[in-house]
Amino acid sequence: MPDDNFSAMRQSIIDGAPDTAAGLAQQAMSSGIAPIDAINLGYVPGMQAVGEQFARGQMYLPDMMASSEAMRAAMAVLDPELKKLGAERSMAGVVVLGTTKGDIHEIGKILVGTLLTAHGFRVHDLGVDVSGEKFAAQARELHADIVGVSALLTTTMRNQKSVVEALEKAGLRSQVKIMVGGAPVTRRWAEEIGADGYAKDAMSAVALARQLMAEKTQSVVAEPA
Amino acid sequence: MRPKLQLLDKALIERILGEAFQLIEDPGVRVAPYVVDLLRSAGITVKDGVAHIPEALARRLLDLAPRGFCLYDRSGRPAVRYGGDDVHFDPGSSCLNILDPETQQARPALSADLVRLVQVTEMLPQFAAQSTAMVCNDVPPEIGDWYRLLLVLWYSEKPVVTGAFSASSLHTLLELLAIESGGREALRRHPRAVFDVCPSPPLNWSEFASQNLVDLARAGVPAEIVSMPLAGATAPVTLAGSVVQHAAECISGITIHQLAQPGAPIVWGGAPAIFDMRTGKTPMGAIETAMLDVACAEVGKYLGLPTHAYMVTGDGRVIDAQVGMESGMSTVLGAMAGINMISGAGMLDFLACHSIEKLVIDAEAIASAQRLIEGIDARTESLAVSMFAQTGLSGDFLKLKETRSLFRKEQHFPSAVIDRGLASMNGTTPDILERAHQRVEELLSAYERHPLPPDREQELMAFAQREARASGLEGLPGILRTQYAHDSVS
Repeated sequence: MPDDNFSAMRQSIIDGAPDTAAGLAQQAMSSGIAPIDAINLGYVPGMQAVGEQFARGQMYLPDMMASSEAMRAAMAVLDPELKKLGAERSMAGVVVLGTTKGDIHEIGKILVGTLLTAHGFRVHDLGVDVSGEKFAAQARELHADIVGVSALLTTTMRNQKSVVEALEKAGLRSQVKIMVGGAPVTRRWAEEIGADGYAKDAMSAVALARQLMAEKTQSVVAEPA
Repeated sequence: MRPKLQLLDKALIERILGEAFQLIEDPGVRVAPYVVDLLRSAGITVKDGVAHIPEALARRLLDLAPRGFCLYDRSGRPAVRYGGDDVHFDPGSSCLNILDPETQQARPALSADLVRLVQVTEMLPQFAAQSTAMVCNDVPPEIGDWYRLLLVLWYSEKPVVTGAFSASSLHTLLELLAIESGGREALRRHPRAVFDVCPSPPLNWSEFASQNLVDLARAGVPAEIVSMPLAGATAPVTLAGSVVQHAAECISGITIHQLAQPGAPIVWGGAPAIFDMRTGKTPMGAIETAMLDVACAEVGKYLGLPTHAYMVTGDGRVIDAQVGMESGMSTVLGAMAGINMISGAGMLDFLACHSIEKLVIDAEAIASAQRLIEGIDARTESLAVSMFAQTGLSGDFLKLKETRSLFRKEQHFPSAVIDRGLASMNGTTPDILERAHQRVEELLSAYERHPLPPDREQELMAFAQREARASGLEGLPGILRTQYAHDSVS
């Protein structure tokens, strides 16, 4: 019964059970379920449920990290199958994410990445202590729609500005939306450095990313090449 | 008897230290290239940027660190005594935002805000020390750290809890202090400031922090380790596990520091916190955060070292009952734990915002906590019998000479910030925020600046103007030109 399978997949994500999630993915492949269906009808609804429960304060960070691990385990099985079929997941946008130069704090960024992934974005996490140049190079290589820059310290926050400058220098600024976040960051700071948006927490980052994608699509429509 | 709070018994402290010594050897502590030779010359193995510190060596170096030291005020008098169970308070530090006194909305802090905060702190005896409390958003970011200190030195005579934002800017801050003290030797003899130095959790002494430790030790200016385990995120989720990490970070920091200059003054300090599993925030007003502060300090005290913690803070965004409750509870716990320097007063919103109104409210909590740790004394030969001998059963104690001579010692009298019924005497009852606001204004109007000796004032201004100009800043925000123009180098 595929419906039961999908529901078990969904539950394996909510439970944060990587082995179950991967096992179900393998079973699905051997029983002929299309990988795209397993993703869209099983695992993604699981991550969405996790995101919603987290936003309501009913789920906690360690639970969400476990769900994210379970999602990764399922995708490790399903991605190669998708490739074999020449199919691709529809996705909300490509995000290049990192913590700014001089800063090694990544919890906030990981959280944002997890939730963005849960909501259909393809997230490339560059890690911590990332220079503006590296952000720009990766944004170019990965055809990023959005660059997300995190900073925890008042001393490293200013390096968010150099990411904006590096993207300008690389000639990518018009193609890439920039969002910033982190404990000391404010909306006003985001405006001051010329970023496109600021999110106060991981759930707002998802809303912001969707809004930035909508703006981006509109501007593409408005300015045909 | 002095009331004292203890959360750990001896057996648990020994276990904590046992594991901390274990951690600094294996997995070891990440250190920066700046200190690798120093550590290797002491026989410590450093491999792939990780130092493996043997317990025996760390213990020998801990023994070299002084049990106590003083910070001095501008006149050279000892004003803060680190060590033992002495308790002092200073405002929270390096905040980017302030609750605007008029709107009570958070906005970026400016030089004028820091000046007001320094002046209010100067007037309040509850604060033994100043802090470089805010980053002034009207000066270029690259001079943000020393500029705070300039304003504090200009407007205050109290000792200062400060810190540099980079390895190189430390020397500008030290130069300002040396000018103010009358030279590097004078600064070493009578240090006015202690510098916070923060390891990165877990167990990582970055280039900037390593270098600050070494340079401060060699300058003879006290360093204060501010270790910040976040229980469950960058440190073990258990409070005991986080205390182990805190101890390991402090011990490894003291190892670096004492190798650079044996006997240099250093503080076992921190700003540990729990990590909120719903929001990813670090609630500074949570009871578990206060428990971490107390327990971490207890381990430092067990080793006989001076201590520091980050308390007196709340997490609400405005001055409300939550912020008051959290700040008050943590103030009392910190004082009862006998922590030498307790930083944090004035701050709210997860340390993201400062408020001068909150600072004067916190000062009342501090005064109450100070009264609490004075304890209950037997001030009279007979505790009650001789007073009863005079009054009989009339209940007329108000008339007794003992009442008149002792009530000021027994009772602490808060300022008008605390409503004890006086606030409504004019027919209206101002709320706590209005009372705090009024108190701030009163303190500011009573404040008077005491200039430095003219030669030092001139040298300080010339240095500051030169450094400011190099960053493209004309003038010195927060300092009136008329205060120094007569003797400045133009």
